[in-house]
This record gives sequence, structure tokens and C-alpha cells, in this order.
Amino acid sequence: MDFVGFQQELAHAPATERHTHNRWEPYVDNGGTSLAIAGADYVIVASDARQSNGYNINSRYDPKAFRLSNDAILATAGYAADAKRLVEVLEQNAQMYYHKHDRVMKASAMAQMLSNTLYGRRFFPYYVFPILAGLDNEGKGALYCYDPVGNMERVVYRSFGSASALVQPFLDSVVGFKNQRGVDPTRLLERDQALKIAVDAFTGATERDIHTGDWLDIFIVDRNGVTHEKRELKHD
Amino acid sequence: MFRNQYDNDSSTWSPQGRIFQVEYASEAVKQGSAVVGLRSKEHAVLVAVKRSPNELASYQKKVIRIDDHMGIAMAGLTSDARVLSNYLRTEAMRSKMVYGRALPIGRAVNAIGDKAQSNTQEYGRRPYGVGLLVIGHDDTGPHLYEFNPSGIVSEYYAYSIGSRSQSARTNLERNFDTFEDMSLKELIVQGLRSLRDTLQQGKQLDTLNTSIGFVGKGAKMTILDGQDTQEYLDLLDEGEAMDTE
Repeated sequence: MDFVGFQQELAHAPATERHTHNRWEPYVDNGGTSLAIAGADYVIVASDARQSNGYNINSRYDPKAFRLSNDAILATAGYAADAKRLVEVLEQNAQMYYHKHDRVMKASAMAQMLSNTLYGRRFFPYYVFPILAGLDNEGKGALYCYDPVGNMERVVYRSFGSASALVQPFLDSVVGFKNQRGVDPTRLLERDQALKIAVDAFTGATERDIHTGDWLDIFIVDRNGVTHEKRELKHD
Repeated sequence: MFRNQYDNDSSTWSPQGRIFQVEYASEAVKQGSAVVGLRSKEHAVLVAVKRSPNELASYQKKVIRIDDHMGIAMAGLTSDARVLSNYLRTEAMRSKMVYGRALPIGRAVNAIGDKAQSNTQEYGRRPYGVGLLVIGHDDTGPHLYEFNPSGIVSEYYAYSIGSRSQSARTNLERNFDTFEDMSLKELIVQGLRSLRDTLQQGKQLDTLNTSIGFVGKGAKMTILDGQDTQEYLDLLDEGEAMDTE
């Protein structure tokens, strides 16, 4: 790619030929999907590991969910480079917190910190759709989801990424019991049920979304800490 | 040292080639309570006496963690130590971000050495009023360094700074060739033994006024205060009972 030549050509071209759609783009969508489900005393985070760029696959295994501490997981979707840098910034802030206060940062504090970190780049955002999963101050499962500039909302379940349009309605139905009669909409799922639903969501998403597949990272956070497992998804 | 016409700022040399402001800054270090540092083949240890200004107050923190592989103990102006330790912490994180590896101890102390030196040469600035003993473990093994308000940095097998630290240094000089092969526990107790020599008559090391820090191969930088120091203080007393000479 002759980047320098390309720029010079554009500068000398007459006004009618200076098209904005050939401009260099700072962001890339690396595809992939993440979801998280909160329960009474746990949270489950599931992210696929395929990293793509358009119709090309960059990597079959590039994790999108990161362990920030013994009780916080960050699941990401969007631009992988920004996601990795965002995680690094959060980890550094969490380290500083640990140095200054001699204890690990709680998930609720990290949630607010993430919101502020994202808004700090309001005018050149991190192209990341994060979900922060942890336990709240009472030990109940907590999920915080954000837009790229830090709008934060605490929820029970959420999905972001290339297959979110397929996964989110599925979760709305089986986790949120939406639009159903005779059910308790505030009921939280048991851990094994939630795990099954998370895996099913991904096998379904992998079928129909070309950007989702290869491997699935599953993290479960409870009062004993974090467990991680890896499951295979279709490689096509 | 007495007041003289060459001691107003740190950009003035005396005819004898001294910068008095820097020397006065070292006096502040000598006022702080003693800290002792020592190292073996695998570990580096810091022990410190914490002071409390009065019965109502808490005991001043003397040992600070910089990173998983590095820590410092201070003597002198604690606020200056705070500023320097914050700087070291950000440098340690920057090293990981830029080079993907933990900050080597030598580089860390040179960074604060240079920072301190500029305060001894620029007009209008004052030298830092704190001395530090820096311990750490990197891929060349465990290290102990002394940092001075002058910006001079030296590496040691064992050293002590602060009030009445000469007694500790004498004790360390006598024993330091045995440190190399000591276990972590023995090293800490040896440090406490030297530290004890800096105390005034009638004062003792106890769980309130003792602080221990250590780092090494397989041991992340750990700081022990309060009850956690009891087991080492007990070993110290045992040793005392055995020294019948």
C-alpha cells in the first residue's frame, strides 16, 4: 500500500474527485460475539475467539474476554486493537488502586472507572462494546454493559458483537422471559442452565454468522474466584 | 555545619566544593527512623522501625510496594517518598507496557537518581528530603540500592539509613558474608537483629513499630505489618536467649 503516494494523489486531485470514501479509516471491525448472564451468586461470560477482517480470518484463537481480577471479567466486541489497549489501561488503573489502597478493586468500582475511561476518549473513542462481569457488593451476579463512549447500564444478561442481533432476542426469551405470560420475569437462572443457554446461543450464532466461530471462551465468576474453560465451535 | 554565605540555594558551590543545600537535605534523612536492607542469593529484605508522633497517632508507614518485584523503605520526609514512589510505580507500569517486561531495579533507581539530581542543579528547586533503600528482584537476581537526596545511587549487600543507623551498619559489616546462603526467614531475623541496635535505651521492636518487606525468586514483593511480624520477632527473641556471651 503506497500510503504516502495515495495521500499526495488525493491532495492534487480536482475537487470532484476527492472522494471521502477512500479516506484512511482508523477503525476496523474484527467481528466476533460476546455474551454474559448474571445469576444469584455467579456470572457467566462467553466470548468466541475468531478474529476477522471482512471476509478474512486473522486468527482462529484470539481471546476477547479478559480476566481483570479475581472477581471481574471484561468481555469485548468491536475493534481488537482498541479492546486490548482498553484492557491494558484498566489493568494499570487497577494496579495503581491496589498499590494505594492495599486491596483489590471491587467490580462495582471498576465498572464506574471503565465508564470514565471510555468517556475520557469521547472525541476519539475506543471502538469497543464492553461488558464487565463481576459480583456486586452483596455477592450477587452483576453485569455492566457500555457503549463505546461509556454509557453504563447494569443488566442481568446482554450480548454484543457481530451476532448480537441473533443472540440478544434468544436471551430475551429464555433468560428474560420476555413477552411470556405466567412466568416470573425476575427469576434468575441456575448456573448449569445459564451455561447451557450460553453454549446454545453460540452454537446457533456460529451457524448463521460468518464472523462467529472457531473457539468459545467461558468464564464463570463466583465467590470462590474465576474458572475458565475452552470449547470448540465450528471452524467454517 | 553552620549557617554561611554559600548555603542559600543548591546552585551555589562553596569554596571547598560543597553544595550545602544538598548536605542539609541529607540531614533530614538522618532524622528519620532507621531502616535496614540486606540480601542473599535469592531474596532481598527490608526492615524498618515505624514511628508514631504521639499516642493518638498511627505509626508512619515506612515500606512501600512499587511492583510485584520491587519495594522501597524510606527515611526522612515521607511526603517526598510518596511522590517518588508514585513516580516509580508509573515507571514500572510503563516498562511493562513499552518493553513487555518488569522494570530492572538498576534502571528504576537511576531514574529517581536523575530526578533528584535535577533538583540539585536547577535554580529555585529544593532537593528531595528523603533517603530510600530499594529492594527488588529482576533477571540478574536480587538487589539492594541506596538512594540519596544528592541523586547518588549505590548498590549494597547490606546497608542502613536513618537515625542511629551507624550501629546497624556496624553489625551488618561484621556479618554480611554469611548472608549469601541464608534462608528468607534467617535473613529477616538478621535484619531485625541489626535494626534493634538502632533503638534507644528501653525501646523494643514490637508488632506496632516493626515493618518487614521482602522480595525474591518465587516471592512477590510482600510487606508485613502488625501481627504478621510476630513470628519473626519471636525468632529474634529466641536468638537473644541463645546469645549468652
